[in-house]
Amino acid sequence: MELFKQISIDWLSKKWWFFGFSWLLIVLGGIGYITNHGLSYGIDFTGGTVVYLKFKQKPDLDLIRKSLKPESTSPPLIQGYGNPSDNTVQVRLQTVIEAGKGINSGRTELIALLLKAFDPEHVASTQIDFNNTGADAVYKDLLSSDPDGLRNQNKTTGEMDSFYRNLAQSMINYRDKTGGGIVGSLDEFRSVPGVSNSVISRLKQNFYAGPFAIKGTDTIGAVVGSDLRRRAELAVGLSFLGMLVYVGFRFKPIYGVAAVVALFHDLAITIGLFALTRMEVSLTVIAALLTLVGYSMNDTIVVFDRVRENLRLLRKESLLRILNVSINQTFARTIMSSLTTFISVLSLFVFGGAVLHGFSFALVVGILIGTYSSIAIASPIVEWWYRSIEQKSKGKAAQF
Amino acid sequence: MQKNLRWKLIMILVLMVVCIYYFISPKEKGAPFLSRLSLGLDLKGGIHLVLRVVTDDALNQELRQDSDRIAQELRSKNIPYAVSQKGNGYSVELTGIDPSRESEARTYLETTYNRKYSVRSSFAEGKTNFSLTLTPSYIRDTRESTVRQALETIRRRVDALGVSEPSLQISGIGGGDVQDRIIVELPGVDDPDRVKGLIENTAQLELRLVKKENGSLPGGGGFPSIEAALQANGGSIPDDYSVLPYREDRGDQSQLGYLVVSKIPVITGKDLKTARSGTDRNGNPAVNFFLTSDGANLFSRATEQHIGEILAIVLDNAVSSAPIIRSRIESEGIIEGHFTLQQSEDLALLLRSGALPASLQIEQDQRVGASLGNDSIRSGVMASIIGFGLVVLIMVVYYKHSGLNAIWCLMGNLIVLLGFMGAVGGTLTLPGIAGVILTIGMAVDSNILIFERIREELRSGKTIRAAIDTGFGKVFWTILDTHVTTLVSALFLFQFGTGPVKGFAVTLTVGLLANMFTAVYVSHRLFEMMLGNRRVEALSI
Repeated sequence: MELFKQISIDWLSKKWWFFGFSWLLIVLGGIGYITNHGLSYGIDFTGGTVVYLKFKQKPDLDLIRKSLKPESTSPPLIQGYGNPSDNTVQVRLQTVIEAGKGINSGRTELIALLLKAFDPEHVASTQIDFNNTGADAVYKDLLSSDPDGLRNQNKTTGEMDSFYRNLAQSMINYRDKTGGGIVGSLDEFRSVPGVSNSVISRLKQNFYAGPFAIKGTDTIGAVVGSDLRRRAELAVGLSFLGMLVYVGFRFKPIYGVAAVVALFHDLAITIGLFALTRMEVSLTVIAALLTLVGYSMNDTIVVFDRVRENLRLLRKESLLRILNVSINQTFARTIMSSLTTFISVLSLFVFGGAVLHGFSFALVVGILIGTYSSIAIASPIVEWWYRSIEQKSKGKAAQF
Repeated sequence: MQKNLRWKLIMILVLMVVCIYYFISPKEKGAPFLSRLSLGLDLKGGIHLVLRVVTDDALNQELRQDSDRIAQELRSKNIPYAVSQKGNGYSVELTGIDPSRESEARTYLETTYNRKYSVRSSFAEGKTNFSLTLTPSYIRDTRESTVRQALETIRRRVDALGVSEPSLQISGIGGGDVQDRIIVELPGVDDPDRVKGLIENTAQLELRLVKKENGSLPGGGGFPSIEAALQANGGSIPDDYSVLPYREDRGDQSQLGYLVVSKIPVITGKDLKTARSGTDRNGNPAVNFFLTSDGANLFSRATEQHIGEILAIVLDNAVSSAPIIRSRIESEGIIEGHFTLQQSEDLALLLRSGALPASLQIEQDQRVGASLGNDSIRSGVMASIIGFGLVVLIMVVYYKHSGLNAIWCLMGNLIVLLGFMGAVGGTLTLPGIAGVILTIGMAVDSNILIFERIREELRSGKTIRAAIDTGFGKVFWTILDTHVTTLVSALFLFQFGTGPVKGFAVTLTVGLLANMFTAVYVSHRLFEMMLGNRRVEALSI
């Protein structure tokens, strides 16, 4: 199959359309940036606490909101997380940690408030919430009570120990793997092999299945946050410089400059889209942006490499035509390879889960923009540069 | 030519087999298959802590000790002085020396402390004052060694807990002149709160005598408030003593009291040989400790001299129990508190592993539940399979047999990537999986570049063999350029990233390097094999 057989499009004559389109996207992003008061940074950069909770039933976001001090100056951010059928909620506290208070105070407080709202009957209970405990507690309880009566069967303490340890672990594994971190009731463990009725009735004395499970928490102090932000900026800046030097060295300096301007363009539009959609900029998003820097460069280099080759082959032609020919010759490759990369990050975006949502979003957008900019931005800049030199010196200047 | 090719193909095959071996073979005897590649914290679940070692603690302690030592020495030399104390910042301030004794004091200070301090003197109100300031290099060395000691202590504690595959490293977040952060990663931890408590607890054990005149309270009870303690001692506590809080037990209820105890410990945690969880006379959980022979010497001498006095067992600057010394004690003792069994076991563990040289501040505390990690694995694998399947589909539909060739190269690339990760014992994180998926998409780029070029050469009328050779030849430099730029950004990513992001940089880098080999060299050999010695009329591309 061949879709792009010997196309001949005069790309550079459309440059004003391209510039107009790019500026439109950049301005839109800028408006988003201003109206949304900048980017919404993740807690890796601002410091704060994130808690991921999975509920048995569809979570009542309003009840969560009401229970978590909505009158405070920076109310917690509560939103569904991942697939709606997962019943998972992300709660974000952007608290500045007060002096003297431990870094974990925010999280501890938050969990206590949620317990009060969702499970008032167990607040003062001595029973343990099975959905928020580890295998160790279950094992200890079973070992001390011996519900399967191993002691009467003349088992050694070692055998009893490993029996109950494995039993506890397989119940926890059932909760984490089959139940996704939560069980509706302790009776569900009947389907775990090896769990007898007496084990379940024993568990019911000391354990209960609470309404939500804490799947994960992350608390970051402001110092680490600002440090990561500084390092992220440094890394992006340095990689720009690295690109400029490498391309400038392999080609001519103006090609490096053109490629880096195209990079700026790609990042500006991608970041603008993050501002517009209020999507969270986290550490992994920065990683995606850095990857884009490399990827966008890829496309530009393929075109420039061809320009260099054609400058030798087609000495009589104008630079304008050489640029057009080069873009056309590499067009099939540009589209095909962007397509394969795009398809793979798209599958990451759709199926890769909520953790990588921002990351894959940045890549999906960036690959489209990066492909576009190597044709629509980088080449016109090179052409414009040599044309303005030519006008000054009235000589032939387009050489590598 | 053909024989040559066969050898090249065999070499490639051998390399693939080696990589597959490194990927799937067990790490060590008895370990399960695929165990070389470990899963990161975000996939396996666990706890990730960033701790700042408050190195100022160690410096302050040293300054206080030195000022006490100087005071003691001056007293023994009969040189009168007004105050010897830790100054603001990193200095010891010594005031009120008579000018006639100045040179004597100066000689003593300079000969004893010139390596550690820069000594300056000033003259005011007819007296000489000395100011000893820690030298910058000494401060830096102390900070560094404090961080290293803290790391070792944490390592002992983590090892004692039996966490599998813990990772501890010193890091320089914050950008000070000393790397004072310790990053602790403990995968698969069952009870993160307990583990965190065990790591951040300083566990400084000191056995100190309670001031004799205050020690007549029955059961070792203390003063109800600090003011009461001051009053009982005539308004001020002598230099050698300090007031410490004490949770005393009176029947069922416990309340906070205060004891005046000596600053100089009889023995410290360093004199312990070992500690074990046990029970006290009433059957409550307690910790039994056993002293080294040096510690036992000190302890038996001190207890013999102070029979009838009260010994305060001080843990992290709070008295945990205050028994009366009834007889000479040789080499073992007991710490009673109000412990649960778990607490006494943990305290014994802490004492065995030694005290931290400084307190720790937690700057990040990330906990990933096993179920969250499980979700990530599931979606990561799903995204990889679908991404790979779609790329295969596009390549085979668009480039037919040559596309299949590219898929073989892509699989070779993944095998080399996984084999390398297995060989170096790498860790796979969720962003790492994303790196693999991105590699899948980007790796075929090189094949596409080559294929499109071959098509062009074929159009310009070259023979199939010539078209393939020029195709590979001309595109090589382009491929090199595109790989270098992506590698440069992956390098910066590695430099800046922490944990998971680093995992992404690693898989992306290794994937790209492997691609230079598979997409250019292996792919070319596959084409040669496809052509064989026959005359070929048409190329499936």
